[in-house]
Amino acid sequence: MSTSIEEIEEIARKCRVEIVKMVYRAQAGHPGGSLSEIDLLAALYATRMRVRPDEPKWNDRDRFILSKGHASPGMYAILAEMGFISHEDLKSYRVLGGVCQGHVDMKWCPGVDFSAGSLGMGLSFGMGCALAARLDNSDRRSFVMIGDGEMQEGSVWEAAMAAAHHELGNLKVILDRNRIQNDDFCEEQMRMFDIPAKWKAFGWNVKEIDGHNMQEVMEGLDFLEAEENCNGPSILIAHTIKGGGISYMENNPSFHGAAPNEEQYNQAMIELGEVKA
Amino acid sequence: MTRMAATRDGYGQALLDLAGNPKVVVLEADLGKSTKSLHFRKAHPERTVSCGIGEQNMLLVGAGLASAGYIPFASTFAIFTERAFEQMRNGVARPNLPVHLCGSHGGTHTGTDGSSAQSIEDLAVFRTLPNVVVMHPCDDVSTRALTMQLPALGKPSYMRTARNKTPVLYDGREAEIQIGKGVVLEEGTDVAIIACGVLVSEALKAADQLKQEGVSACVVDMHTLKPLDGALIDRLVEQCGALVTAEDHNIIGGLGGAVAEHLVSNTFAPLERVGVPDRFGESGQADEMLELMQISAPHIAKAAQRALTRK
Ligand SMILES: Cc1ncc(C[n+]2csc(CCOP(=O)(O)OP(=O)(O)O)c2C)c(N)n1
Ligand SMILES: [Mg+2]
Repeated sequence: MSTSIEEIEEIARKCRVEIVKMVYRAQAGHPGGSLSEIDLLAALYATRMRVRPDEPKWNDRDRFILSKGHASPGMYAILAEMGFISHEDLKSYRVLGGVCQGHVDMKWCPGVDFSAGSLGMGLSFGMGCALAARLDNSDRRSFVMIGDGEMQEGSVWEAAMAAAHHELGNLKVILDRNRIQNDDFCEEQMRMFDIPAKWKAFGWNVKEIDGHNMQEVMEGLDFLEAEENCNGPSILIAHTIKGGGISYMENNPSFHGAAPNEEQYNQAMIELGEVKA
Repeated sequence: MTRMAATRDGYGQALLDLAGNPKVVVLEADLGKSTKSLHFRKAHPERTVSCGIGEQNMLLVGAGLASAGYIPFASTFAIFTERAFEQMRNGVARPNLPVHLCGSHGGTHTGTDGSSAQSIEDLAVFRTLPNVVVMHPCDDVSTRALTMQLPALGKPSYMRTARNKTPVLYDGREAEIQIGKGVVLEEGTDVAIIACGVLVSEALKAADQLKQEGVSACVVDMHTLKPLDGALIDRLVEQCGALVTAEDHNIIGGLGGAVAEHLVSNTFAPLERVGVPDRFGESGQADEMLELMQISAPHIAKAAQRALTRK
């Protein structure tokens, strides 16, 4: 792998800065789940995704489906890092006519493969993409990012069962296990008990990692790509911190869908090393 | 100064007011902070059921509770009530169980979340279900009053509320609100504007503009789309001879559709429909959305002028 751990971490840091800026400018949006997913997105895009930023609709590209589509600032930030969109485009987040719609939308933004916003839909869509690749005799993969709250939707389990039945080894899920959903902690809203055991029981290859430890993230992505795990669908359960990287947002349910004020914004820029204290 | 408030706050307040009835239970799908059922949850956790992010399950859990004599109030975003449409159809409406479903953040007015969150078809789809009462009130006072009447209804209902604040029109006038009865907010003789939800205040602005143009417009808040207040529509036809409907909803199947259906089978008058022009929304501020969708006050006034020329 030509990109070093330090380089990926720096990409992720820059993305965190953009996430906070987008949400601050719009005074709306979802910072918590964008910050928890971003180390995973940075590693995935910097080292695994077979894509062509100058040819976003290239038919044999790997697909990435952000099923938890509210965490769009994270995706826009990495798309800008990769050159699918410009950093200027990030200013259009939640602005009328902008490519960066509130929820990621394949009709609006280059590099986005799925129009998200309704939870529990992306895994089924990703399964369709994986089936299409199989029918096309293409080796492209379908990566799907889901949220832990999202996992409560019944449709997720319809797709989980179907993907294992159809032995879709080219379907790879990353679960952002940040333990918080909209109103509160998952533990309060809907307990999910033994999550790895559930996926195993549905016939999936399962691995758990710390989603903020870049070494472990890389090992987790190795696991998803490993030949021996291409017998059926695989899931990487990434333990993350909602709001990870900004002290006052970390593990704080109120930053699921709220923007920082000016003082909080300035503090975030200091914590991310953008400005000196 | 006009007080501004969001209809969803009226819903949250009404649930608290209803708590004295021990049969009232509240069902949530991880959006209680947004739909405003959270106040009830805090005060009465033992009668609040968290269904996680699972709208389909929530509707049928409600049906089961209703079959045992409880009066469930379930809420989520308007758009995600549609996720459970068939549960509402087969599990709630068909057996006529009094489950009260509230969809907040309805319409394009909900704003920058974008098209995936902007329900523009909820009123239409729920209107097609036998037994289901469909409402879309315009301010927090009327929302509260309508919600308070639901336990006595004895059948299922769907109510759309809105995310953003709009002018309060019914302060001190709660008594005028009755399920199934439209309210004449302003009398007029040339044209009648029949509106619901966030467009009622836009309709009042349009009437002001029309007055400048020498047109006397009657403005009606049709907070209940089903059953539709046909007697009032007949009276408006008689009195004005031309109608306009206005809604933050697809032009197909909502208030405009309901009024058109009534007209073709009863009496006749030219009707102009103001609504979302059969397209999806996008991210934008609430006022920008009304402009983009061509449903703001000036567009309503223009439609009234068109209706007049067709008299
Ligand atoms: C079907 C559906 N129901 C409800 C919502 C509203 N909603 C948006 S985000 C969210 C919480 C999501 O939690 P999680 O999946 O854990 O995402 P994350 O913590 O990564 O932000 C909810 C309930 C939705 N978008 N879709
Ligand atoms: Mg979560």
